[in-house]
Amino acid sequence: MIIADRKPLEEILEMIKDCDNIMLVGCKGCVTVCNVGGLKEVEILASTLRIARKKEGRPLQVEEHCLERQCDPEYVEQLRDNYGKYDAVLSMACGVGPQFLSEAYPEQRFFPTVNTRFMGGAVQHGIWEERCAGCGTCVIHLYDGLCPIARCSKSLQHGPCGGSTAGKCEISKEVECIWDTIVKKKMAQGRLEDLRVHRAFKDWRTARDGGPRKSIREELVQ
Amino acid sequence: MSDNGYKSGSNLEKVLKAGHFAFTGECGPPKGANVEHLKEKMEHLRGMVDAINVTDNQTAVVRMSSKAASALMVQAGLEPNFQMVCRDRNRIAIQSDILGACALGIRNMLCLSGDHQQFGNHPQSKNVFDIDSIQLVALAKKMRDEGKFQNDEEIDVPPRLFIGAASNPFADPVEFRVYRLANKIDAGAEFIQTQCIYNMDRFRQFMKQAVDMGLTEKAYILAGVTPMKSAGMASYMSKFVPGMDVPDTLIKRLKGVDKKLQAEEGIKFALEQIEEFKEMEGVAGVHLMAIEWEHKVPEIAERAKVLPRPKVE
Repeated sequence: MIIADRKPLEEILEMIKDCDNIMLVGCKGCVTVCNVGGLKEVEILASTLRIARKKEGRPLQVEEHCLERQCDPEYVEQLRDNYGKYDAVLSMACGVGPQFLSEAYPEQRFFPTVNTRFMGGAVQHGIWEERCAGCGTCVIHLYDGLCPIARCSKSLQHGPCGGSTAGKCEISKEVECIWDTIVKKKMAQGRLEDLRVHRAFKDWRTARDGGPRKSIREELVQ
Repeated sequence: MSDNGYKSGSNLEKVLKAGHFAFTGECGPPKGANVEHLKEKMEHLRGMVDAINVTDNQTAVVRMSSKAASALMVQAGLEPNFQMVCRDRNRIAIQSDILGACALGIRNMLCLSGDHQQFGNHPQSKNVFDIDSIQLVALAKKMRDEGKFQNDEEIDVPPRLFIGAASNPFADPVEFRVYRLANKIDAGAEFIQTQCIYNMDRFRQFMKQAVDMGLTEKAYILAGVTPMKSAGMASYMSKFVPGMDVPDTLIKRLKGVDKKLQAEEGIKFALEQIEEFKEMEGVAGVHLMAIEWEHKVPEIAERAKVLPRPKVE
């Protein structure tokens, strides 16, 4: 899923400093699962903003709302009755949310409340890690289910580099050297020859390098 | 064009192919356009080494480009070993720089992935890593030997280069290191310069593996030597430089002498290493990385008894 982090309160307050009346819109998709933009977080941020602005002596009206998904026009449409009443609408979804909202309601100002970080999962309660770089050409099978494109700091197809130390990446002791893990797994399984192969240059056109991407499923297009 | 069988005709290639024990040096370009400073540093190496590695924004700190500094060496009648990292260039810039380097008379190239920009003075920058060091070796070889770009288009006068790569015998997982070296040699690396060696036991094992796998028949391996300037430097490298193996015995040895004599002790250790490398099976030379200590190279070369450097026609 998509992992996001809440923006600092100061940044959000700065965005809405000239607003008196806003709406917060949460999303029940990924941001609910990573505890950053669901119903609960909408309530918390709404009260926090109200309190902060009350302290400043400029009370803020905050409407709370949560959509099933902000990345789906069908649900975005549900705001049709509400829109236009606010100085700004703050989306608590990933970066897709404020854009789908902006596209559906061009006259309304929309602001993001989260920084969208990566595609990953929870490795333990409260800790999420990146697993996929969305390069558009999956090669995980070549590396025993572990992706060096997303997880090696240099996206090496032939790792590990000379900076790998005790299973950690040269950039930080907090970062796993995924190549260390790949090599150890291959060696344990007696398939070292898989790592003696030269990999073709990656075709980055399917990644963001090929320009903004689109997926068309002919059988679903009407 | 007659090339006498040489791939590049570089001095380093000739020295190695003639069977001499090679001795290469290193020179980091200045943090600015200070040509005089670069010239002063590189002059210390004249006649002392077979080629001078020119680092490419090492540790991701911005410096004069390695291509420009290499070209300045060529102009001055010195032989550069042009280092190129994959961190800052995509395959378009890489191929363009290879052609440009050759046009400027550069004949040796060392292919590297590059230190991550996190280490450097612009950690906010975007990195490239379009290809990795092994693919860079293969690309340089394809351009030279097939006369083709990566996309198979013909090159109008292919580059002539002696192609090198680095190897760190001390990074983890240790048991895989020799295989990664083999991958680089398979890709087309003709010479290898290793990371600075301090743990001689581990290096001996690594070389034995390389010899047993026949790798030293296929590529020239130059053992990396960086003399320690002080016990403090040794402790720092041991603790903070990733992939560096500095045994406690060496730190103790340096600490064991008076502070003023630690640099001399560091040089002595380096000289002992060089003596052993001369005899070690599979080692074709030494790569001396006297970091910001270029003026010491003549003394080290003299004491290591590697002078005068051979002239091969």
